[in-house]
Amino acid sequence: MPVKSYIQAVTQALSEEMERDQKVFVLGEDVGKRGGVFRATDGLYEKFGEARVLDTPLAESAIAGVGIGAAMYGMRPVAEMQFADFIMPAVNQIISEAAKIRYRSNNDWDCPITIRAPYGGGVHGALYHSQSIEAVFANQPGLKIVMPSTPYDVKGLLKAAIRDDDPVLFFEHKRAYRLIKGEVPDDDYTLPLGKADVKRNGSDITVITYGLCVHFALQAAEKLEQEGIDAHILDLRTVYPLDREAIVEAASKTGKVLLLTEDNKEGSIIGEVAAIIAEECLFELDAPIQRLAGPDVPAMPYAPTMEKHFMVNPDKVEKAMRELAEF
Amino acid sequence: MSIEKINMPQLGESVTEGTISQWLVKPGDHVNKYDPIAEVMTDKVNAEVPSSFTGTLTEIAAEEGETVAVGDLMCYIEVADGESSAPAAEEANTKTTGNTVAPEQKTEETSMKKRYSPAVMRLAQENNIQLDQVEGSGKGGRITRKDIEKVIASGGLSKQKETMAENNKPTENASSNTEAPETKQQVHTTVGAKEIPVTGVRKAIANNMVKAKTEIPHAWMMVEVDVTNLVKYRNSVKDQFKQEEGFGLTFFAFFVKAVSKALKEFPQLNSSWAGDKIIQHKDVNISIAVAKEQELFVPVIKAADEKSIKGIAKDIHTLAGKARNGKLTAKDMEGGTFTVNNTGSFGSVQSMGVINYPQAAILQVESIVKRPVIIDDMFAARDMVNLCLSLDHRVLDGLVCGQFLARLKEILENTSSENTPIY
Repeated sequence: MPVKSYIQAVTQALSEEMERDQKVFVLGEDVGKRGGVFRATDGLYEKFGEARVLDTPLAESAIAGVGIGAAMYGMRPVAEMQFADFIMPAVNQIISEAAKIRYRSNNDWDCPITIRAPYGGGVHGALYHSQSIEAVFANQPGLKIVMPSTPYDVKGLLKAAIRDDDPVLFFEHKRAYRLIKGEVPDDDYTLPLGKADVKRNGSDITVITYGLCVHFALQAAEKLEQEGIDAHILDLRTVYPLDREAIVEAASKTGKVLLLTEDNKEGSIIGEVAAIIAEECLFELDAPIQRLAGPDVPAMPYAPTMEKHFMVNPDKVEKAMRELAEF
Repeated sequence: MSIEKINMPQLGESVTEGTISQWLVKPGDHVNKYDPIAEVMTDKVNAEVPSSFTGTLTEIAAEEGETVAVGDLMCYIEVADGESSAPAAEEANTKTTGNTVAPEQKTEETSMKKRYSPAVMRLAQENNIQLDQVEGSGKGGRITRKDIEKVIASGGLSKQKETMAENNKPTENASSNTEAPETKQQVHTTVGAKEIPVTGVRKAIANNMVKAKTEIPHAWMMVEVDVTNLVKYRNSVKDQFKQEEGFGLTFFAFFVKAVSKALKEFPQLNSSWAGDKIIQHKDVNISIAVAKEQELFVPVIKAADEKSIKGIAKDIHTLAGKARNGKLTAKDMEGGTFTVNNTGSFGSVQSMGVINYPQAAILQVESIVKRPVIIDDMFAARDMVNLCLSLDHRVLDGLVCGQFLARLKEILENTSSENTPIY
């Protein structure tokens, strides 16, 4: 099976879907001739032409708005926000229109748009290029938020997002783009949205997380295995709506749960995960639910030392996992 | 110059007090730091207490034989200035002998012992497990979900108790985790009475006996057995046996053999009470009581049902020897399922044994006595023995025990050279 990087999996999924369905098109800043600032749409302009790979003005509200309109008319747009941090001007379009149109029109209209956006820190991106913004959208029924961790999941989930009949926010960790590589089959496959995935089986502690933090947890688990600590790792993959069943199953497996996110701690996705566990499986718990997350500071600092302090990393994860195992 | 105190150190987790068996120094002696100053006996270990300071012993605060709680004063040492504070600080840092940090250390180790997580509480309730008898492997001695799951997997607490007791107190294979009521009895003593501190094996025996007698509803039965044939048989072969094997062929071996045979047919007696269930053991492991002056040991003859009379005699010989020389290991005490007690060796003709917790019954083999007995309306001089059975009435009833004793009687009365091989 060919080994591809995370971003190559994005490109492959887009290309395959555009080939499969004439209604699929891409729009965003610099996605055309330039092939995207991260090169996610590299080669698509040459392959599918300017009519299906649209360079847009620097106006996120318009990118979302045009995409939503096209989707309501039966197209399958894939809109790119150059950085997730820039999605804010489009929030009104996404939350008030895309998320609600099916409900508002009593099923007469739908909005099968996919909005891709690179998020996350650890790339010296500072304030406007490092944020995690999933929590902003994570209480909007009508939306789905997908945040894959591996190239295999990227391809399968992006294809599923494009084929989904409702709006999907597809957040890609920008540090994972070239850092994370993995086997990606060339054939046409999709993975179910809304389903978490066990990335490692273990019996001592459960780690529930998503995105790049999955890899931090896997690395820490490798080390801890030598100390006899056997970690169970659940990758949420879709952070809204959450896969309650998988969360409860994973938490019940060991009764000791560590939740990870690189987002600011308060009000983050993992708070909701903790609430689900507390609601559904209190009597399986053997330790207080633990959260490891970024500090409640407005944004990722630029200074490397401060950025390191802010970011979750394998060492911090390992320490938290060991403490929980020893409890 | 300053006077420093030496307190009773923590000599092992769950140890709360120690009895001073011997002072190794006397007032006026010079001691170096780390030199042993006294021998202390606890119900777990015998240990030497090292000095925390270099200086001169000025006063002993606890005499030999006195029991001192952990952290309480043992003696005073006069220390040259400048030395007093330094070693104390060092002590606190290194936690070596730890008399200054002992109480603190203890809370560290067990502070979480009684903090139960929801999962632990639920599992304990569902499986009827007494949490105060479970060893915790978590931080601060906390009982983790895995600890409970292990107890459940190993077949509940009765088994756990057994193994724990064996680990903790190799002198008895019954549980002594729930301490006997520790109330100090107010006994009026007259001048000249000798006070013997209760420690070690004696304490373990006391705890086990209280537990067995208070928890188990005992019932008793006795049969008398005509063992004339057995006596004849044994007496006819004993000299040759001794010559060939190098150890004696006791009556007791015949009794143990007969008991294991009968237990195989009545497995109800080879069982344990475990709260919500009765555990019937597959192996017949016979505990035998071996007395040694102040102490009582109950080593085990493993798989007695699979052994010949010679094999059992050999086991008895080895175990009794080990007990007398203090060489018994925890392994020798493990796994007993039924106890046979050779009370006859003291000349007793009738007794009511206390069941060896958590077993279900104990059989006392009394003295073999020649007595006139009527057989076919004629007097005959026969070798008679009483067998006294104590039973746990929660597990067993009179009927099955009566059948068991009748069968045992039958086996013993038919023991002869024709049908009972020694090998």
